[in-house]
Amino acid sequence: MAVRALKRNKMRTMLTMLGMIIGVGAVIAMVSIGNGAKVQVEERIASLGQNMLLVFPGSFSANGVRSGWMGRRSLTVEDANAVARELPGVAAVSPENNTHLQVIAGDQNWWTRIAGEGSAYLQIRQWPLAQGSMFDPRQVRAAAKVCVVGQTVAKQLFPYGGALGKMIRIRNMPCRIIGILQAKGLSPMGGDEDDIIVVPYTTELQQLNDESWLDAMLVQADSREDIPIVQQEITGLLRQRHHIRPGGNDDFTVRSQEDIAQTADAMTSIMTRLLAGIASVSLLVGGIGIMNIMLVSVTERTREIGIRLAVGARGKDIMLQFLIEAITLSVLGGVTGILLGVGISQLIAAKWNAPAMTSAASVLGAFLFSAAVGIFFGFYPARKASQLDPIEALRFE
Amino acid sequence: MNAVIQLENVHKTYHTGDVDVQAVRGVSLAVRKGEFVAIMGASGSGKSTLMNIIGCLDRATQGRYLLDGVDVSQLDRDDLADIRNQKIGFVFQGFNLLSRTSALENVELPMLYTRRHSPGTERHERARRALELVGLAGRADHHPNQLSGGQQQRVAIARALINDPALLLADEPTGNLDSQTGVEIMGVFQKLNAGGITIVMVTHELDIARYTRRMIILRDGKVVADEGVDRLNADEELLRLRQAHEAAQLA
Repeated sequence: MAVRALKRNKMRTMLTMLGMIIGVGAVIAMVSIGNGAKVQVEERIASLGQNMLLVFPGSFSANGVRSGWMGRRSLTVEDANAVARELPGVAAVSPENNTHLQVIAGDQNWWTRIAGEGSAYLQIRQWPLAQGSMFDPRQVRAAAKVCVVGQTVAKQLFPYGGALGKMIRIRNMPCRIIGILQAKGLSPMGGDEDDIIVVPYTTELQQLNDESWLDAMLVQADSREDIPIVQQEITGLLRQRHHIRPGGNDDFTVRSQEDIAQTADAMTSIMTRLLAGIASVSLLVGGIGIMNIMLVSVTERTREIGIRLAVGARGKDIMLQFLIEAITLSVLGGVTGILLGVGISQLIAAKWNAPAMTSAASVLGAFLFSAAVGIFFGFYPARKASQLDPIEALRFE
Repeated sequence: MNAVIQLENVHKTYHTGDVDVQAVRGVSLAVRKGEFVAIMGASGSGKSTLMNIIGCLDRATQGRYLLDGVDVSQLDRDDLADIRNQKIGFVFQGFNLLSRTSALENVELPMLYTRRHSPGTERHERARRALELVGLAGRADHHPNQLSGGQQQRVAIARALINDPALLLADEPTGNLDSQTGVEIMGVFQKLNAGGITIVMVTHELDIARYTRRMIILRDGKVVADEGVDRLNADEELLRLRQAHEAAQLA
């Protein structure tokens, strides 16, 4: 009965539904894209490494001068060794010292990041080699003049390939390429991870950077569950080694991958919610459209309502008829909107090469919400129809 | 005696602003089963108001109304709807069919609102029989805009009969029809009445009232005359009209 009434006025039904279609479609698309972005960020963070903790120097306060991380040099190679040696639950440690230098190979040159690392670096970062091998602990101890290069560096210095085994000069230090890394892509901060030359940290400290402080320490915990414990242990050990009295501020910062993930997660969640919120407004507008058209419909069909009342329809029957009409409108619009939203998110995903995660929850939510909109905005017109006086309604022209 | 309608000192007062309008002022009457009654009166005589009260579309402000033995003067909105559905069949001046809905579905309409739900096949079957009764068996799938005025009124009569009501209530049923079609419709009513159906009809046309058996005349909300009618037979009258028409054509 309700469907037939809607069929009678196809154009109007379509236009009314369009409001719902756009509203639901927008919500689905926005939530999908937001979820997609979230998953992508999570993947990037996972690509940092496995069960990884980062220890940065800094975060100190002395004589009223205060500073956050990297504000002061406080981490030493001995600290790193102590963490590796003394703490259970620690699988591997890589001391890190970074610099940026010009690198020359034949007639090519390239300015890049030189990362001084321990031999466990690739294991911690879960970064496989494409060719060759990583330097071993013996080479680290000997401060060997060897390096492992990222894809970007390999391409820039050796455009025609064959980088493995070649000699390059980092500033004035000759260095042999013993390994080439697989491509890793963008870092969570948007930098190019493959634009890197990894050398033993000993080589870096002695030959290239001429200092003894570390920029960071990469620590791998045995398992994910161990991360919080290891985080505490590192803090305790380093405070002891740095002679920090109880109540004094740490002169280092320990960050776990989880911390970073949580921050990024919070950001993408806010973005998703914001997008969904804006899209919900159009859903609301769609609902008001339904109410509008239902009110018009009730007025237009006053005579029909009168006839139905005269032949014995109760107020309830009339109300149900108009409610069902409104719900049919909104749910049909909702379902079409879900299809549209999924379509849009797939399209955007394909175009931007980002994953679109259309969750069952968001589809179900949108469906239920559109039904609720139908009930909510259909209720007033339906009640108005059911309360008409049969005599008045029959007299209506 | 089995009265279908029993009105006891019924009053109806409308409040419009500060003025009280007394539309019906103390009407008492009884209509027995199988009667064919015309309620007549000029406009403003209160006949429409009385008709609405008899039809359970409205309630009397004072007095008692027994319909088919049930006191309906104190029932609420929903109960009145059920009474209309079960005991009364309406035929209106303007036909009041649902447009863009087939004749068959129009006839089925009251059955959609009965408490005891009947299956679709039973509904179709009964609606078809009702259409046959009014001589429209072949037009079940036509929409109202494909039917003539007389045919539309026949559909409306079929709709009124579908739930086997105790009372058929007609409000100026011939008002929108030409005189010959009007007589045809009166013929349908006479046939139904002969079959035992109680009919109350409101009209202001004496010509039409002459096809009934009893005439009640209202003036200023009161019954001023209630008498039997020397009934005209609609079929004979129709024949006479046709002959006159042919004679006019010949001449």
